[in-house]
Amino acid sequence: MTKTVLTVDDSRTMRDMLHLALSEAGYRVVQAVDGLDGLEVLKGEKPDVIVTDINMPRMDGFGFIEGVRSDVANRAIPILVLTTESDAAKKTRAREAGATGWIIKPFNPTKLVDALRRVAA
Amino acid sequence: MDPMDAIRQTFFQECEEQLAELESGLLAMQGGARDSETVNAVFRAVHSVKGGAGAFGLDDLVRFAHVFETTLEAVRSDQLVADAHVLKVMLRAADVLADLVRASRDGQVLDESHASASATELASLGGPAAGPAIADDADPLASLMFQPMMVEAAPEPDRWIVRFRPRAEMYAKANDAVMLLRELARLGPTSVSLDASDLPDLATLEPEGAYLAWTVQLQTDQPESSIQEVFEFVDCDCDVDIKPADAVMAEEPAAEVDPNADVMALIRSLQAEVAPEPEPAAIPEPILVAVPIPMAAPIAAAAPPPPQVREEAVAPKPTIRVDLDRVDRLIDLVGELVINGAMLTQRVGEAGISRASAVTVALDELEHLTREIQDSVMAIRAQPVKSVFARMPRLAREVAAMTGKQVRLTSEGEATEVDKTVIEHLADPLTHMIRNAIDHGLESPDVRRAAGKPEEGTVKLQALHRSGRIVIEVSDDGAGINRAKVRESAIAKGLVAPDAVLSDEETDNLIFLPGFSTADKVSDISGRGVGMDVVRRSIQALGGRINIASRPGKGSTFTLSLPLTLAVLDGMVVTVAEQTLIVPLTAIIETLQPRAADIHEMGDAARVIAIRGTYLPLIGVGAALGWADPERSVTGGVALLIEGEDGSRAVLLVDAIQGQRQVVIKSLEANYRRVPGVAAATILGDGRVALILDVDAIVSDARGDAPFAETRAELGLAYA
Repeated sequence: MTKTVLTVDDSRTMRDMLHLALSEAGYRVVQAVDGLDGLEVLKGEKPDVIVTDINMPRMDGFGFIEGVRSDVANRAIPILVLTTESDAAKKTRAREAGATGWIIKPFNPTKLVDALRRVAA
Repeated sequence: MDPMDAIRQTFFQECEEQLAELESGLLAMQGGARDSETVNAVFRAVHSVKGGAGAFGLDDLVRFAHVFETTLEAVRSDQLVADAHVLKVMLRAADVLADLVRASRDGQVLDESHASASATELASLGGPAAGPAIADDADPLASLMFQPMMVEAAPEPDRWIVRFRPRAEMYAKANDAVMLLRELARLGPTSVSLDASDLPDLATLEPEGAYLAWTVQLQTDQPESSIQEVFEFVDCDCDVDIKPADAVMAEEPAAEVDPNADVMALIRSLQAEVAPEPEPAAIPEPILVAVPIPMAAPIAAAAPPPPQVREEAVAPKPTIRVDLDRVDRLIDLVGELVINGAMLTQRVGEAGISRASAVTVALDELEHLTREIQDSVMAIRAQPVKSVFARMPRLAREVAAMTGKQVRLTSEGEATEVDKTVIEHLADPLTHMIRNAIDHGLESPDVRRAAGKPEEGTVKLQALHRSGRIVIEVSDDGAGINRAKVRESAIAKGLVAPDAVLSDEETDNLIFLPGFSTADKVSDISGRGVGMDVVRRSIQALGGRINIASRPGKGSTFTLSLPLTLAVLDGMVVTVAEQTLIVPLTAIIETLQPRAADIHEMGDAARVIAIRGTYLPLIGVGAALGWADPERSVTGGVALLIEGEDGSRAVLLVDAIQGQRQVVIKSLEANYRRVPGVAAATILGDGRVALILDVDAIVSDARGDAPFAETRAELGLAYA
């Protein structure tokens, strides 16, 4: 069955790239432009994986992850954090918020798909 | 188009948006904004540029953005105070970033010193040093090419024993042991044994607890790091022990390992055997699903509707791209509609139908509606002046840097809309005026301090709508026009007589004369071979006017007044030799009835007219167009005092004035051919075609070449 990925990123470029890489890998892609929008999308979608940026207007990635996890129904959705930040502090914070894993930008499609596979088949 | 090319285009478009965001954010900070939202927006802008640039392997851009980002991060985390100096450096860096983006877009190579100077400047602001911009493994996306991931196969230790015991935290983050075991299986053949010895009985089982552990025997040609990578996301939340198999064998016999069990079979068997899932850890719901009770139903029923495109829902305003030709065609047709409406009204009037009749009332409504349609259609071509205004802050900074002056540029009314064509032609005059305001208008910081003014000068850019026109003001709080110097310069250049008596206003307006420049030497900034006369000419070419008001010591204000559109024109409808002509209203300064006593013959067929003590060339329009006998008496007609695009004045003689109205401009060239002395044509309410006079052509044709006469006439000076 086709898996659905929700991508949350304020950059159109990044959304387009994720869309291209993920749809080529056979995923169905749903998009949101920031954390708030992402939570909004989750009211009508049940993605198999979420890929989210950290730095976003209105609601950043940390807030978004906490928002997702605060809903019991979404607690089992793996969340990958997409970030250029490779420093440990950001990763730790994302994990504390409930992130499942991360992808370091600039991502390469193979690694992206590998990371997705590691958290959701 | 290649999808990557499309994304690349999107990236550069987005960069432009981010750059605009960056600049306006920094300017807001310069204006005192210190709220975290502004600072974050600025940070995000640079961050986004960097992120995208990395994906496209634009290393120069990434490196610079990284340094910039590091400085902004320092500001964001309060390690660096964004004072005036810091902001100035950052604004310069924003310009450099913009240059780098555009160079990358256009495939140009930028002078490296440009970026490195700015980067050094940023780094010198303090804050933490920037780490390496490009991580070692940051392979640029390389156009989505799949690269061999594991080329360096380490063939040696091919058997591993991996012990893996998740803690509850791991499940809480939605990591799944099944996934990890499956990932291990990708590395090579595995045999897995489950250690369920910690599993309590159902009564005491914590639904979110972690009770299971696995031992995996893995045979792989991958290095140890590949195995570690599988546990990358979970290494804090589980105990993982990876050892070469032979080392383990030495310690203990691998008795528990069943070499025949494959991972999925094991999992399946586990799920089948233990009714409530053995490790439902993070997931309370699965219990409900596994043991069906009614509560599970609503969850399933709440299944999502089919996916929709989310983009539009959040985009600020939906827009469509339309071919400009189509819009112009529409404008043309609406013009026809207006004319037809006017014709109909006139016919109805001629037919003697009462003004109170139902026909007339309906016609009024139609006319009203037509006007509204016209306005709406014109609005399609209208764009906010922001696109032009947005270029000015950078210009101001550059000029300030070159002149050593301190400038704050403020702008108001950026949302004011005006016709696209007008906007396109506004950039050059505005650029020149801003340059002038800083270079000539503002004083140097020490002069300003001495005069008791703040060292930082202010240049204000303002746009507003006033009586159907757009008015743009460029004002500075500088020294104002140095009238003595202007006068001296004009006399030295032979533009005015040494004994001429000029009012303050007249003196100020000398700067619009062709060939006038007050700068002692042609500076790099203002003196690019154009003076204010060029500005005035280009404004007048748009049907606009420019004025200056100056107060010594207080500053100067240039006011541009432009029509909102170039498709309609305010015209004076006049009669010449029984023909109807339109004279653009913007050219007309005043109308008067000439007296025979004021008119003087000047040689062969040239005449001048005395108006309030000054002599101006008198041009009979009928004669100039070859419609009337030049010797005809001039009395009984009407004189129009006009000002041409070059500022020269003359008086046009027409037979009568019919009225004043807005006319729709129809190109004569496109529909017929170019006619000297005629700028365009229009259709009047009665259906007749009327020509629109080309005032400049008429004046220069009648004038011949008399360079000084022109300026004298313009200034209203008596012939010496």
